[in-house]
Amino acid sequence: MRFTLNGAATEVAAHPMSRLLDVLREECNLTGTKEGCGEGECGACTVLIDGVPVVSCLVPVAQAEGHEVTTIEGLGDDHPLQHHFMNEAGAQCGICTPGMVLVASTIPADASLDDIRVALAGNLCRCTGYEAIYRAIMKAREATA
Amino acid sequence: MPAVGTSVVRKDGIGKATGRTKYADDLVFPDMLHGRTIRSTIARGRVTGIRYDFDTTGFTIVDWRDIPAAGRNVVALLEDDQPYLVEQEVLHLAEPIVLLAHADRETLNAATVVIEYEREEPLFDPETSGIILKSLGIDKGNVEAGMLEADVIVEGTYRTGHQEHVYIEPNGVIAVPEEGGIAIHGSIQCPFYVEKALKSLMGDDAYIRVVQTETGGGFGGKEEYPSMISGHATLLALKSGHPVKIIYDRTEDMVATTKRHPSIVRHRTGVMKDGRIVAMDVDIVIDGGAYVTLSPVVISRGGIHAAGPYRCDNTRIRGRAMFTNTPPNGAFRGFGAPQTLFAVEAHIDRVAEALEMDPVDFRELNALRPGDTTATGQILTGDCSALDVLREAVRRTDFRARREALRGTNRGIGLALFYHGAGFTGSGELRLASKAKLALTPTGVRILVSSTEIGQGTRTMHAQIVADSMGIPYEDVEVAQPDTKKVPDSGPTVASRTCMVVGRILQRCATEMRERLGNLTPAEYFARHGALEVLKEHEPPAWIQWNDDTYSGDAYATYAWGCDVAEVEIDRDTYEVRPVKFTAVQEFGKAIHPALAKGQIEGGTAQGLGFALLERVVMRDGGMANASLTNYTIPTTLDTPEMDIVILDNPYEDGPFGAKGLGELPIDGPAPAVINAIRHLAIDVREIPATPEIVYAACASR
Amino acid sequence: MRSALTPLELRRPASVDEALRMMRDEALQPIAGCTDVYVGLNFGTLATQRFIDLDRLDALRTIDASGDTLSIGALATYTSIMEHAAVRERLPMLVSAASQIGGLQIQNRGTLGGNVANGSPAGDALPVLAVAEATIVLRSAEAERRVPFTTFYTGYRASVMRPDELIVALEIPRVHGRQWFRKVGTRAAQAISKLVAAGVRNDAPRIAMGSVAATTVRLPRTEAALATPDGLDAALIALREEISPIDDIRSTGDYRRDVAANLVRRFWTDTA
Repeated sequence: MRFTLNGAATEVAAHPMSRLLDVLREECNLTGTKEGCGEGECGACTVLIDGVPVVSCLVPVAQAEGHEVTTIEGLGDDHPLQHHFMNEAGAQCGICTPGMVLVASTIPADASLDDIRVALAGNLCRCTGYEAIYRAIMKAREATA
Repeated sequence: MPAVGTSVVRKDGIGKATGRTKYADDLVFPDMLHGRTIRSTIARGRVTGIRYDFDTTGFTIVDWRDIPAAGRNVVALLEDDQPYLVEQEVLHLAEPIVLLAHADRETLNAATVVIEYEREEPLFDPETSGIILKSLGIDKGNVEAGMLEADVIVEGTYRTGHQEHVYIEPNGVIAVPEEGGIAIHGSIQCPFYVEKALKSLMGDDAYIRVVQTETGGGFGGKEEYPSMISGHATLLALKSGHPVKIIYDRTEDMVATTKRHPSIVRHRTGVMKDGRIVAMDVDIVIDGGAYVTLSPVVISRGGIHAAGPYRCDNTRIRGRAMFTNTPPNGAFRGFGAPQTLFAVEAHIDRVAEALEMDPVDFRELNALRPGDTTATGQILTGDCSALDVLREAVRRTDFRARREALRGTNRGIGLALFYHGAGFTGSGELRLASKAKLALTPTGVRILVSSTEIGQGTRTMHAQIVADSMGIPYEDVEVAQPDTKKVPDSGPTVASRTCMVVGRILQRCATEMRERLGNLTPAEYFARHGALEVLKEHEPPAWIQWNDDTYSGDAYATYAWGCDVAEVEIDRDTYEVRPVKFTAVQEFGKAIHPALAKGQIEGGTAQGLGFALLERVVMRDGGMANASLTNYTIPTTLDTPEMDIVILDNPYEDGPFGAKGLGELPIDGPAPAVINAIRHLAIDVREIPATPEIVYAACASR
Repeated sequence: MRSALTPLELRRPASVDEALRMMRDEALQPIAGCTDVYVGLNFGTLATQRFIDLDRLDALRTIDASGDTLSIGALATYTSIMEHAAVRERLPMLVSAASQIGGLQIQNRGTLGGNVANGSPAGDALPVLAVAEATIVLRSAEAERRVPFTTFYTGYRASVMRPDELIVALEIPRVHGRQWFRKVGTRAAQAISKLVAAGVRNDAPRIAMGSVAATTVRLPRTEAALATPDGLDAALIALREEISPIDDIRSTGDYRRDVAANLVRRFWTDTA
């Protein structure tokens, strides 16, 4: 199966019913995508398919065929959100952070705090109480506005 | 520029935000096998037969007979009662019996092991099980005489349920054969606990190295249980000669590992008409589960905090941790105190109500002040801030006016006043004799401690303390990965002790290092003279006197203080209670890193709100029936309210730069504040989680 | 993932006709957004091993609002439903339901057809389809048939759909009157419904509920009572006899019974 992974053409040999999560972690060696629950509840395994957030534990790799998949590694090392998650202590233990950052990267610039809450409702964080995550996102938007 | 008191960039921030940081499940070792645990499916009985219904080619199979001759089938902790693997007797559901390993995960998962049992009647009710794991008594004055003197006596019973940690990274370790022994790489809070437990498994002379990998949350849940998983991975690795990785999925993690102890707390409080508390009689029962594990320490901390932050000359506290045939309950942020503080703070509102007193006035009158003694007889000094946090919280929320304004609406407001002892109880820190080390590097200095970074900011906060104590830039301080072959034993990363205790040792190391460097920078000194290390041991304040037999004396070196105010809204159709605004005023000496400290309070508050309202473990036949993140619901972004966090300074003389402990304090207040807000809606709930079903039942019984 | 992959098979048709031929010739479990099926695979609780992936059948994603009947393709995701102007205008209660199903990631993948096919009594969109008097369009290689939503389910997760049939669309006639939707979940977001209800207020009021019986149910006697003047009290009595909620790991029968009555009352006052 072929798909575009973080901008590069990729071919994988996995079983078509393999979870995209496992293919990314084990065949593509991109371990930034995390497994927290295996039932689409925690959002730690969030990736973007054609720019849209999905939970990769619920996606058969076959359905990625021909699409563009973006993982946390695809945002590079210098994305404003990454810096602000770091600076605002939006990451504590860090296991939810890749998923949070990826969803945050799709939130429109004019979104209100309530919109941000709604957008992140599918990403569980047990460390922060979410407040520092909102601060990181708001700061990143101020910086790019 | 000083680093302490500023929100410097956390050391591990960018690795986490870019996904580059490696956690246990991200690591692969050559020729690694995957391990799996076969567990009991009954709560109590005896194993009568084990059948392997699969082609065992390529499998490594381990049972209790594979435990090395030099070792014992005991997960060493406080008591030697818990086995790594069942020999015959099963005491709880999901108890490990057999271990399997295979190179292919799919083949591993497909293997079927049939275990035959002779069932016995399990004990599930801690109040009737009759088997006491640990009991304690705290006595001050004469409680019966106090009750006789009292104008009014108020009684009440309060209950809390299990709580699951839900660190987002489930438990997992890898055991790697090394130097004829074993190296563990894993998601671990306390590497030296694992080392001690593996010594019991492999014998004292075995080579054992324990390395903490980046850990995706702990909250106490990775304090004792990783010893069990590490032992299992070790047995498989020793038998197969291969590295073995065991990663629990969410369901296994929830069903098999520890949870917060459920509690039943009974209060009987004597008060005078003017509001003075003259007698407090408290009886605590917690459900310990099937093995002792940490229950004695949990009931201890729970008992010491049970009378709340109030002055009372006649206090009697009785506590019992009881056996049941359920998976052992264990460490969870707060460690018994959230249960007993919930009870006392819910009760205090009812006592004030019985006297027709305002809950703030009642607390103002009775709150501990410097010079007062606690239930264990500890005399408090200037580090007691009960009144300060109470007054600030009341002022900040305009509590009295707000309470009046909300009367008769669908909103209620309530508060809770609480405290939390920092560090190990009594003489515990003396016994621990924790050590910390600093070593010069060609560019600066390296911290060597076994304190783990589990998200709370250990690395960053320790580096700040060392940087300022040495007068060098924060960036020049690096932090070694906890590895029991490289770092000294700094004690476990628990009990709100990592900043106050280990940070203090590091501060002393840094001060001495600075003296030895003289006018040279670390780099200059290293270039001229080479390596230099400073190792120091904790010196608890000399005045601490504690009697373990009578449970009296100085229970903790100091306490942190908090007052939380919760405003909630009820939906009268569905009995759903949602927190809409939350204010937390907390004093923990000094915030080394204000943003991280705020993060601890916000995160602990969210976890406390889950404990209060959402997080219900459904136990059926001795096991968790709702073991998934779908059915055990922790707060999402839409379940957590706007939070106003206020940090009060009150530097503590024996803490680094004045810091006390903070990690646990924030989870003590939310549950009672929420229950008191529900009470303000004239709904009498004395049990958490106050799910809509519980609130409905309270309304229906009116 | 606990389920073994090796024995699993996946057919990937490129057209609806090809899919229907496969469904005729083989015993296959359709999958699309996979938000339910992978939960079973991950936990090792799914017995099915042969799957047919509908993901490439873009023809089934169409939402057509050109006529009096709103036709929503079975593969329309909750996100596409929420974002569709005509659905927002004509069926706001469905938009409410879609916006409360899971988090963003689930809304982006979960499909309306999947919600119907899965047939959970807690399915969030199902009470809406019940009160909207939706028709389920079923197609096989041989024929197409239309089944009214209210006669589709025959019991707990059982329906009249044959193994060779696919749900291709939901057809929803114009709804006259005020629409109402309420989900009572286990928390504010990402929640399974403990109760879920939808209603339409007009001369012949309609109300349906989930998680109060083995399937999503319309409540005809409650509706009939509501249609009479001052019928709310009678409706609440009728309701008690029409629902049979149970205790489970998420809630209690007592709570559900009481709150169901409150929801009927709320429906009636909100839409007055």
